[in-house]
Amino acid sequence: MNELALLLAATLSAGTPLAIAGLGLLVNEKVGVLNLGAEGMMLVAAVAGFAVSYHTGGEWLAFAAGAVAGGLVAAAFGWLVIWLNTNQYATGLAVSLFGGGFSAFVGVDYVGRKLAERPDHALPWLGDLPFLGTALFRQHPMVYLAILAAVGIAWFLYRTRAGLVLRAIGESPESAHALGYPVRRIRLAAVVAGGALCGVSGAYLSVVYAPLWVEGMTAGRGWIALALTVFATWRPARVLLGAYLFGGVTMLQLHLQGRGVQLPNEFMGMLPYLATIAVLVLISRNPTWIRLNMPGSLGKPFFPGL
Amino acid sequence: MKKLLDNLVLAAALVAVAGLFGCSKEQPAPAPAPAAPAPAPKPEPLKAAWIYVGPVGDAGWSYAHDLGRKAVEAKYGDKIKTTFVEKVPEGPDAERVIRDLVAQGNKIIFATSFGYGDAMEKVAKDFPDVYFEHATGYKTGPNLRVYEGRFYEDAYLAGVVAGRMTKTNVLGFVASFPIPEVLRNINAYTLGAQSVNPKVKTKVVWVSSWFDPPKETEAAQSLMNQGADVLLQNTDSTAVLQAAEKAGKYAFGWDSDMSAFAPKAHLASCALNWGVYYDKAIGDVLGKTWKTEVNKWGIKEGANDFVKVADFIPADVKKQLEDAKAFLVANPGAVFRGPIVDNTGKVVLAKDTVADDKWKGEINFYVKGVEGKVPSGK
Repeated sequence: MNELALLLAATLSAGTPLAIAGLGLLVNEKVGVLNLGAEGMMLVAAVAGFAVSYHTGGEWLAFAAGAVAGGLVAAAFGWLVIWLNTNQYATGLAVSLFGGGFSAFVGVDYVGRKLAERPDHALPWLGDLPFLGTALFRQHPMVYLAILAAVGIAWFLYRTRAGLVLRAIGESPESAHALGYPVRRIRLAAVVAGGALCGVSGAYLSVVYAPLWVEGMTAGRGWIALALTVFATWRPARVLLGAYLFGGVTMLQLHLQGRGVQLPNEFMGMLPYLATIAVLVLISRNPTWIRLNMPGSLGKPFFPGL
Repeated sequence: MKKLLDNLVLAAALVAVAGLFGCSKEQPAPAPAPAAPAPAPKPEPLKAAWIYVGPVGDAGWSYAHDLGRKAVEAKYGDKIKTTFVEKVPEGPDAERVIRDLVAQGNKIIFATSFGYGDAMEKVAKDFPDVYFEHATGYKTGPNLRVYEGRFYEDAYLAGVVAGRMTKTNVLGFVASFPIPEVLRNINAYTLGAQSVNPKVKTKVVWVSSWFDPPKETEAAQSLMNQGADVLLQNTDSTAVLQAAEKAGKYAFGWDSDMSAFAPKAHLASCALNWGVYYDKAIGDVLGKTWKTEVNKWGIKEGANDFVKVADFIPADVKKQLEDAKAFLVANPGAVFRGPIVDNTGKVVLAKDTVADDKWKGEINFYVKGVEGKVPSGK
């Protein structure tokens, strides 16, 4: 029983970086910008967060540094695709590649360095509950923040005027422009916000999850988060579900290996991806819902005045 | 006007890109030979090159090789000139890098990962007057030889300590790929533990990578969640040790001294000391005694060692460790002594036999006590 509780705890922890990055990408895509540079932003933020944590010993400062780093890269990406109207797919890929190389270059001195010891986190009374305590309440605060962020973003997008404007721009920037909204500025703000969230996710990876820096350490999590957002049909709750499902099946397949389950190694490695895609596709197969939720101008450039 | 501006920007961008490509990605050679005041010309220093599969700062495999390179550079001084290229991917890129190094005048190339074998074989055929040394490989030729460490000796000693330090009698192993080298280590770990504590079981998790800290952390956590309280790894980062430290369990350093990363969890490090082998290799070339052979060095030769044994380990455990070590120095490589039964009950090594290189090289099973089945494929 304790093993199951530990597995649940590990699931939450493993899914958090994907969830945060996925939410950031959701904000980007809801406003109509396809951000393929997520991996690069996460890596740059990971090295920034690690460096700040190494020199100051602080954790939250490192997350802030990651957010700033991710936001800066996103700002550059945003300027390119929104003002210069470069192709969003190509620019996103370029940002990813750049982020990978740049972070490796900057991080050369940090490979093999160790961060200060971190205390164990547990909620004061809830953490001692017999099963749920171990499963849910002994997590790093970032895990709870991810859930709060999902709730907050859902509320912002669907219950506030600002969120309505953002979604409107994502559906039809021309109409929003005709109504007088500063489309490009709002898009940039959303891109930077999304990039900052990806940055927090990257910093969480390098400072808390595996407290090391090595080049390419996100190991494709940015791409996974991108796919998650699409398969979750751009709904925050489903992004969370997909992230925890992916994290959970990853930990489960490791757990099963330790138990001696006789399945081929490669199949086990494939399982998280298969399971997440299968579940998300199955629950989102209503084409009307997909059309309703997909931002109409995703990936398309916007030219005010044309 | 706009067209001219566009062309200028394009030209500037192309120049910048060309300039970036022109910069070599290899590290410059350190400490060139000092200028000699004597009229007689100094003999050309032997140029030696190393290629690593990972970054030299990984505190693991590539780091250990680089320490060996530095040791041999310090010892031979201006008789040799060394360079290295790190993070060379195994595959066609490796061949390009090796050819490049030969073109730069290096006369001996050390390739420090199993996956470089094909590339080394191809290039060795083209350059018969250059020496090629492949670590942990098996393909040889007139100017290509292989060298390896008897890492399983260290894994065995780790098992001896683990068997006594475990409270749950469950050991954990974070493994990379199911090749014989890794299987030897898993089995040696288990056999070593069973020699002092017949009740231990070992759980294995495969991460399909030599170096992936987040995955290694997840694997370590998974093992600890299932009750393992002493971990060994075959992967090259400090993630497993740090995960054990966080959870209050024990683990070992692998490839190099990792004691600084986990003061409470670190029991000992299975450290590699490639310097002694590189000393011999360079000496062979300089003394013109180089010949094709297969060298597998271990604790006796000083190529690997079990270092920084923690102070908090009880004295009687330390004594058992010393006895095991002395045995291995006297009987190099004799970790696998019959009778050995695999975990399906089949006898794989008869009573009173010591495993030979062939047995060790073809190992594809788990010994009794290791849970699960060896995954198929690499």
